[in-house]
Amino acid sequence: MQRRDFLHLAGLGGGAIFSASLAGCATAGRPQDEFYFVQLSDTHWGFQGAPNPDARGTLPKAIAAVNALAKPPDFVVFTGDLTHTTDDPAERRRRMAEFKQIVGELKVKTVRFMPGEHDASLDRGAAFKEMFGETYYRFDHKGVHFIALDNVSDRGTTLGAEQLAWMQAELAKLNPEAPLVVLAHRPLFPLVPKWDWHTRDGEQALALLMPHKNVTVFYGHIHQEHHQMTGHIAHHSARSLIFPLPAPGTAEKPLPIAWDPAAPYRGLGWREVEAGGKQVERIEHGVNAA
Amino acid sequence: MKRRHVLLMAAAGAALTAARAQGPREIEITAQRFKFTPSEIPLKAGEPVVLLIRSLDFAHGFFVPDLDLRTDLMPGRVTRLALTPKAPGRLAFLCDNFCGDGHEGMDGHFDIT
Repeated sequence: MQRRDFLHLAGLGGGAIFSASLAGCATAGRPQDEFYFVQLSDTHWGFQGAPNPDARGTLPKAIAAVNALAKPPDFVVFTGDLTHTTDDPAERRRRMAEFKQIVGELKVKTVRFMPGEHDASLDRGAAFKEMFGETYYRFDHKGVHFIALDNVSDRGTTLGAEQLAWMQAELAKLNPEAPLVVLAHRPLFPLVPKWDWHTRDGEQALALLMPHKNVTVFYGHIHQEHHQMTGHIAHHSARSLIFPLPAPGTAEKPLPIAWDPAAPYRGLGWREVEAGGKQVERIEHGVNAA
Repeated sequence: MKRRHVLLMAAAGAALTAARAQGPREIEITAQRFKFTPSEIPLKAGEPVVLLIRSLDFAHGFFVPDLDLRTDLMPGRVTRLALTPKAPGRLAFLCDNFCGDGHEGMDGHFDIT
């Protein structure tokens, strides 16, 4: 029995499953190894405020839930805003060190980090690089190509000419038919520019991705699920682990939604992503109070 | 200084004043973490204006998405930005250079009548 079949039968343990056939694999008639990874995003470690009275407890709850998965994921990705911003460089590093220590509780030891603007914009990624390594990179896993982009270290939230040139060179090495997963913090397409929910030169990145037939983008930043296609490219944003934000364009400003004591942790969550098979499947999990 | 030079300078100054008086209306805006002052600016459709934007503390951005108009605001400098709103309505502007804890609320709008 495939793990996916088992999840369907088991009722997902509280998660919700979604499939998309587009960015699938099984190319050239050769089945790939199925696997799954976990995406966590926007943990904002160091945040204090009414929108989450359990700010120091939410991330550990998510980590405990990931550790409790019946079959461990192959790896975990954090798509930015690991920490909440601070003007104090020492405090920024302290928050990152504390975050790293907490994340060290994950049983899965392959963990990939990406910066968000809260981590990297004020010092152009200096502290992030010290603590977590490069801000953009590529890796492969069981026949699926992954490319992690940095659209935050530039305070103007651009990828920049240097990264775009690197991206072009890396993509040129890949079979355009092969499955490609792109990870980033901010949306690469103009979701809500008046809320700064875009990447200033994201169109250039999308143009580079267009020749690739099976592309799926997973990102964060907007603290909620959102699913959109640009051409044949699927974009999926993740829920946050600190506070939810309003649905795109529905409020005056993109400010946190108030904590509801009657429904604590509402709007917070994380996801599993099944890859390597014929379909990319997302299993969305909320945060439980227990 | 000879009297003729003084007269010439005075004339030049008057011409400059007249030109400014006939030019677009100028609107001064201050950018400072994490607000624009003023943040609500009335404009008239069809009236050209020049924004004189001064940042006090950071290289903020000034972005008007609906006009695809943006600029960086270097601290200590006045940045001039000309615009002519075409139709009545509301135009949002915001800082689009991440400037810290409060950046997400640094915005404003033009009310165009």
